[in-house]
Amino acid sequence: MLAHEFMRNAFLAGTFVALACGLIGYFVVLRGQVFAGDALSHVAFTGALAAAAAGIDIRLGLFAATVVVAVGIGGLGERARPDDVVIGSVFAWVLGLGVLFLSLFVNGSSGSDGTAAVRVLFGSILGLSAADARLAALIAVLASLALLAIARPLLFSSLDPEVARGLGLPVRALGIAFFALLAVVAAEATQAVGALLLLGLLAAPGGAARLLTDNPWRGLALSAAIAVGSTWLGLFLSYEIDSLPAGTAVIGIATAAFAIAALSRVDVRARLTIGG
Amino acid sequence: MHTELAALTWDLVSDFEQLTTYPFMVQALEAGAIVALTAGAIGWFMVLRRQTFAGHTLSVIAFPGAAAATLAGLPVALGYFGACGLGALVLGLLGRGERGSDSGGESATIGTVQAFGLGLGFLFVGLYGGQLLGLESLLFGTFLGITAGQVQTLLWVAVAVFAVLALIGRPLLFASVDAGVARAAGVPTRLLDLAFLLLLGMAVAATAQITGALLVFALLVTPAATAQQLTARPGAGFLLAAALALAVTWLGLSIAYFSPYPVGFWVTSISFGLYVAVRLGRHLRESRALGVPA
Repeated sequence: MLAHEFMRNAFLAGTFVALACGLIGYFVVLRGQVFAGDALSHVAFTGALAAAAAGIDIRLGLFAATVVVAVGIGGLGERARPDDVVIGSVFAWVLGLGVLFLSLFVNGSSGSDGTAAVRVLFGSILGLSAADARLAALIAVLASLALLAIARPLLFSSLDPEVARGLGLPVRALGIAFFALLAVVAAEATQAVGALLLLGLLAAPGGAARLLTDNPWRGLALSAAIAVGSTWLGLFLSYEIDSLPAGTAVIGIATAAFAIAALSRVDVRARLTIGG
Repeated sequence: MHTELAALTWDLVSDFEQLTTYPFMVQALEAGAIVALTAGAIGWFMVLRRQTFAGHTLSVIAFPGAAAATLAGLPVALGYFGACGLGALVLGLLGRGERGSDSGGESATIGTVQAFGLGLGFLFVGLYGGQLLGLESLLFGTFLGITAGQVQTLLWVAVAVFAVLALIGRPLLFASVDAGVARAAGVPTRLLDLAFLLLLGMAVAATAQITGALLVFALLVTPAATAQQLTARPGAGFLLAAALALAVTWLGLSIAYFSPYPVGFWVTSISFGLYVAVRLGRHLRESRALGVPA
């Protein structure tokens, strides 16, 4: 399997993007901000299309739009925890802008292909060049390191913002920094592996880890491990089964991990109820 | 406006006649009105209940539904309604297990359901032979390709949604405002939660067929959020949300008709512009009220 270059690229990018998604996803779930992560992946799409329509480098538009919107909605909320309704309203408009740029892009490029734009939205983990895969891996590693550097205060301010503020932690700044990191991961992951994989790898491993352990450090490690494991297993399965897209396989396995975690939790709860 | 105003005369009567010359435009206005009223009304409850993420997830789930129906050779509308109904059931049943814990678990559940739905959609599109061309209209809608038969179906669904809403509206409002007190008063809140998600699923499925899976929000969230900024009274807010959604849709369709830019862009921009204006106005009023010495 690894004799194919596209599989090596997929494993390289997939592993590190999954690592970053798993780590940041644990915080996303802890803070109840999966919706924000989802919205940012769509912002990435609009940014990329805007850049494409303006004829500048797609990656530039992608990162600029995502980080600016992330810091914007992060700064809106009182404690840098924006309201779902605000996110929803901003997000609806950003998608409307995406449609505008899509039409400008498709008309501008003499009707060549709207599917190119759809590819921006979905990415393709099996279609990465070696250079793209290396860049995706590098960005993911840097984002993971940055996250780990602020992990301790961020964890504290996510679990108990009031006490953290009382102890003099910059809760608001941490929230915005977290959003900016999330934006970088969302932007990179969206165009490398697709918005689908991004959302699945943000929500499912973090959700599973949170159900499996109450210890945040163990949870963080577990979340990253589930994300990377799902990616490996998913890539392997989609290689073995022709008609199974890689994204579907990875998400399927991450979802299964989440379902198993939820079931084990229900089991424990039931036993506790009977025992008590 | 920076549009060309290609055929706009500013004589409102003749412009309106021009707008309604073509059947496709009349059908777009009719279908737009039906889905806007439904989405605006249901959206008001959705915003009140803070179930925005669930609403978005249902609209995304419409996509695998449509893809599956295409693959199986069934009517696409069946795929939309089936997938959204199923998604609502899944969310309703899973959401209950998470009650008692904080919102983090719930948002993870919803996100996972959405990603899994998208993954299935991908699989179906792949099985169909990688024909991605229809994908764009699945995601961004076919405002201008609506048939009279579709309008009929949408009308029946809207009537059904409003009928159920009329039946459960009062207890649903009670349960949405204060679930704890409602439960203590003997209101079946769990059943209402599930019923509301199903209504939301139907409204989303109807809207997604017209606006595309990604633009449902412009009618579902933004008008309702605007209405709730303007009034706290349930009856007035509910009607206002539906009216705003309708106005935004018709205005967007009309402007798009006279401009080179897509309907989705106009509808989302007008509704977002209204929302921002209302929030700004409220902010200014409140800060002025605070500035006046007591």
